[in-house]
Amino acid sequence: MTASAVVLGPRPSGRWARRLSAVIIVAGVVAVLLPLAWMLSTSLKPESQVFRSPIEWIPSTFRVENYSEAVTLIPFWRYALNSLIVTVPVVIGTVLTSTAVAYAFARMRAPGLRPLFFLVIAAIMLPAEVTLVPSFLLFKELGWVGTYSPLIVPAWLGGGAFNIFLLRQYFLTIPREQDELARVEGHSFLSILLRVIIPQSWPAISVVAALTFVDVWNDFLGPLIYLTDQKLYTLPLGLNFYKDIYNTQWAHFMAASLLALLPCIVIFFLAQRAFTQGVVLTGRR
Amino acid sequence: MTIVQAAPPVVVRRGRASRREALSAYGFISPWVIGFVGLTVGPMVASLVLSFTDNNLVSAGGTSFVGLDNYQRALFEDPLVVQSLKVTTYYATAAVALDLVVGLLLALLLNSGFRAIGAVRTIYYLPAAVSGVAVSLLWLWIFQPSGGLANELLSLLGLPELNWVYSTTWVIPAFVLMSLWGVGRSAFIYLAILQRIPTNLYEAAAVDGVGPLRSFFQITVPLVTPAIFLNLVLGLIGNFQSFTQAFVISEGGPANASLFYTLYLYRNAFRYFEIGYASALAWILFGLLLVLTALVFRSGRRWVYYEAGGPGDRTA
Repeated sequence: MTASAVVLGPRPSGRWARRLSAVIIVAGVVAVLLPLAWMLSTSLKPESQVFRSPIEWIPSTFRVENYSEAVTLIPFWRYALNSLIVTVPVVIGTVLTSTAVAYAFARMRAPGLRPLFFLVIAAIMLPAEVTLVPSFLLFKELGWVGTYSPLIVPAWLGGGAFNIFLLRQYFLTIPREQDELARVEGHSFLSILLRVIIPQSWPAISVVAALTFVDVWNDFLGPLIYLTDQKLYTLPLGLNFYKDIYNTQWAHFMAASLLALLPCIVIFFLAQRAFTQGVVLTGRR
Repeated sequence: MTIVQAAPPVVVRRGRASRREALSAYGFISPWVIGFVGLTVGPMVASLVLSFTDNNLVSAGGTSFVGLDNYQRALFEDPLVVQSLKVTTYYATAAVALDLVVGLLLALLLNSGFRAIGAVRTIYYLPAAVSGVAVSLLWLWIFQPSGGLANELLSLLGLPELNWVYSTTWVIPAFVLMSLWGVGRSAFIYLAILQRIPTNLYEAAAVDGVGPLRSFFQITVPLVTPAIFLNLVLGLIGNFQSFTQAFVISEGGPANASLFYTLYLYRNAFRYFEIGYASALAWILFGLLLVLTALVFRSGRRWVYYEAGGPGDRTA
């Protein structure tokens, strides 16, 4: 009876109910961390011990060399650099243009602005597949296939409907009197954006930056379609390319994969508040 | 007299100011307008037109209009479309249903005010930050029939081992399991709402002799319906477009048992270069998602409960 109280109210009451919820929470944490722990453990084993059963969670022989070998077995740093070359301009373009667009939708009055905002919301729901093929044809026509342009340039054109929506909602929470005061003092809209809005919006802006970084760093379909030259491959494409070659060398493969995930894990811990806030603000997945 | 004379210049100035405001507004949104016209509306129109043609990038000879042929072929003649729709619906339904239920239960537990709950929440959200190919490769290793973590755990429990992603029966459940790993994301959406439910609602119910089970179904569930709704809509749209795991882990196999719709579309467009046919497939997916979303929204009017001033009122 007390056990059922665990999940029913907002707060479990009773000692046993609390103990049981604590046990379930900890079990869940273990379940979430298990795959990553296994990845780490595998990456540190000699290949010959990877398949040992029962599982050795702590390798009997540590093999840190897996990492240095993994980054030479595939051109890891080359791919990582390529990923950065794509990701950094995309993050910058997304933050800059979505901030400007969201500001206009949150604060300015002009004929047609409201209906346009409904188009932004509609665009959030639009599946990317519908524009995939013709966008490819367009970029092919422009001679951009095989370059990073199809991956970077769209980010500078509004930075995505979702980010515009998120930032606009955030800007609406800043009291309007502050802009109006600045208007009276003769500041332009741009200077209000830079002096009043942006300094108060770092939480929302860092949500956009962190989520965009992770999305683009992990993006697979875009590079898969547009990058043809192996030298230009980003990390996800490179890892997938070597999948079959690696299939029998799980320790090295997990070492490389873990290294590829590392920037996202670091950013996640640096910006964890931003991440969880971002989910709450937008429900984005 | 003087007042009447003073009035017009003010009006003129305000008119000029609002014209300037409008011009800067258009300036600020111009990147999005260019992107929306050039990369969304334009391609959508092009895609619709292409879907009525037999455009194929590799075949010689021109492109001609074939009317509804592509749609007829996709919906009635191509067994792989039926197969991919079946597989995708199976996966999306199972993944979304589990996500909704487990996410809510997890959120209830996380809302219970334990110490160190902040760190715990961070860990639950971690899978959301790591996705894509590297994670798919991790799960490919987990699902290896010999030496993989999944089978090691099964044999630890004395259960028979499975072929997971190499089995037509288990490949989709394997993907569902993998998606469940990211359940922290929807739990966070629930949490945001749960934290706003005043505790005194439950205290009042307890005083009135309402049992925990009834207060769960009559207080908690109605109040979190907006979050259920949001998770349902986003989950359906997101999972119907799943691609990377099927491409990397199972390559649509075995025997097309994990041929996700988007994977089949990708093959038609970028492996067979059947541009016309792939465009028709894209519009079928779009139509399907529109109908699904519309159905969810319609039904939502009956089961989603919005407080006045609640999150449902904030959308625009």
